[in-house]
Amino acid sequence: MAKSAILKSSLAKKYWMSLTGLFLCLFLVGHLAGNLQLIFSDDSHFNEYALFMTTNPLVKILSYVTYISILFHAVDGILLTIQNRKARPIKYAKENAAANTVWASRNMAVLGTLILVFIVTHMVNFWAVMHFDEKMPLQTTQIDYQGQKYDFYITSSVGKDKYIPVNLEQSGLEIRNRTEFWDKAGNLKIAEGYKDLHKVTFAFFQDASYGLIATISYVIAMFVLAFHLSHGFASAFQSLGANNPKYNGLIKGFGKGFSIIVPLLFAIIPVYIHFFAK
Amino acid sequence: MKLTLKIWRQKNAKETGKIVDYPIDGIEPDMSFLEMLDVLNEGLINKGEDPVAFDHDCREGICGMCSLFINGEAHGPDRAVTTCQLHMRMFKDGDTIFIEPFRAKAFPVIKDLVVDRSSFDRIQHAGGFISVNTSGNTIDANTIPIPKHDADRAFDAATCIGCGACVASCKNSSAMLFVSAKVSQFALLPQGKVEAADRVLNMVRQMDEEGFGNCTNTGACEVECPKGISLENIARMNREYLVASMK
Repeated sequence: MAKSAILKSSLAKKYWMSLTGLFLCLFLVGHLAGNLQLIFSDDSHFNEYALFMTTNPLVKILSYVTYISILFHAVDGILLTIQNRKARPIKYAKENAAANTVWASRNMAVLGTLILVFIVTHMVNFWAVMHFDEKMPLQTTQIDYQGQKYDFYITSSVGKDKYIPVNLEQSGLEIRNRTEFWDKAGNLKIAEGYKDLHKVTFAFFQDASYGLIATISYVIAMFVLAFHLSHGFASAFQSLGANNPKYNGLIKGFGKGFSIIVPLLFAIIPVYIHFFAK
Repeated sequence: MKLTLKIWRQKNAKETGKIVDYPIDGIEPDMSFLEMLDVLNEGLINKGEDPVAFDHDCREGICGMCSLFINGEAHGPDRAVTTCQLHMRMFKDGDTIFIEPFRAKAFPVIKDLVVDRSSFDRIQHAGGFISVNTSGNTIDANTIPIPKHDADRAFDAATCIGCGACVASCKNSSAMLFVSAKVSQFALLPQGKVEAADRVLNMVRQMDEEGFGNCTNTGACEVECPKGISLENIARMNREYLVASMK
């Protein structure tokens, strides 16, 4: 019985909810650190980072764990919510839930659903573009040469192939597999460009038609995330059995701080891009 | 005091019930809530109507028999009291008071405000005990030294009267506070440690089978519990269960 209990019982579902939730909290920290480069770093560094995050094998494994965690957290949450609804077939005529609970704790499923919608749209807007969009731009830079400005692709090569003129016709090169520069005559790959995620992100939030709506939606999504975390963080510890009067203040305090600071920093990024960045 | 009562009336387990309005007058603020219902029922009986059925026994807050979801809260708006200890001074003259049964799939209504809480008994039977040889040479429990701190916490858990307010208050109808109190009162003591793993596995299995919901740590149960049973017990059960299910 013990073996099935850890997978099926109500408590086991809560353990998985906690573990995936806490892992996703760690993911948020990593993702935030990466995103903050949009404010505090330049496009080259950000695009190098984006390349690293999409190619490094260890990061790839972590990203799959993240996808699975999101799916598991959502599916588990749906299963729990369905069971919870079934547990009270006839509702109360009058409920005074505000007398004994905080709003966020009662609305985790709704908040979670909104976050899932946000994650999907967010992945369509950036993740899918980065991974699959054939028209994903490569990073270019302008170089002054004798008073004239020339556009060059920046590549990861060191030396003479670091900068490749955007006008490929003259150099006899072509782009294959979206990022690779090939010498047509010698059928030789000579350099690898950077997908310009920095440009895509800035263009998205600065778009004349939907940039403002995208920014506002993003900020709203971060409010939703903040409420979800304000209950979820400390709740995960309780579900795993970590409740000790000595440390409860610390866990709850850290959870509150986490739930405010992380979404706030995330929200600042699109606001900065839309209103303040060039 | 003059009040309007909105009471759930339901003939039996099979029929669907509804909220019925009862205006009532002449209620003293010093009456207990159940005495107020006694006054109502006397009036109903005198008029030849069916009195409102509700559970009660000791009327001093220790038996766990009285229930009632009053104005949206289990055992009413007061804290750390059962319905029998709730007094009408908690309400104002002219108030409208909703009185509903404890709602949960695992607590089916028998009649009006009376619900069947035998699911709690079945959870207890699944593991809420210790096996002791009582064949004449029983050893006095006090011969085993127990740290005062542990004894106190075990006693705190044992003060749970099994009224079901935790289930009624929980938005998920979860019985975690009750079950965890029963798990904890034994788990904290040496006599209970022997069967601790089986106890928690069996009691949780029975809890799930009864159709209670899952704990989402809203903490409503702790606030509404007439005995102030702490959420620490739920965490302890989560720990006990995690360890037991790995064995």
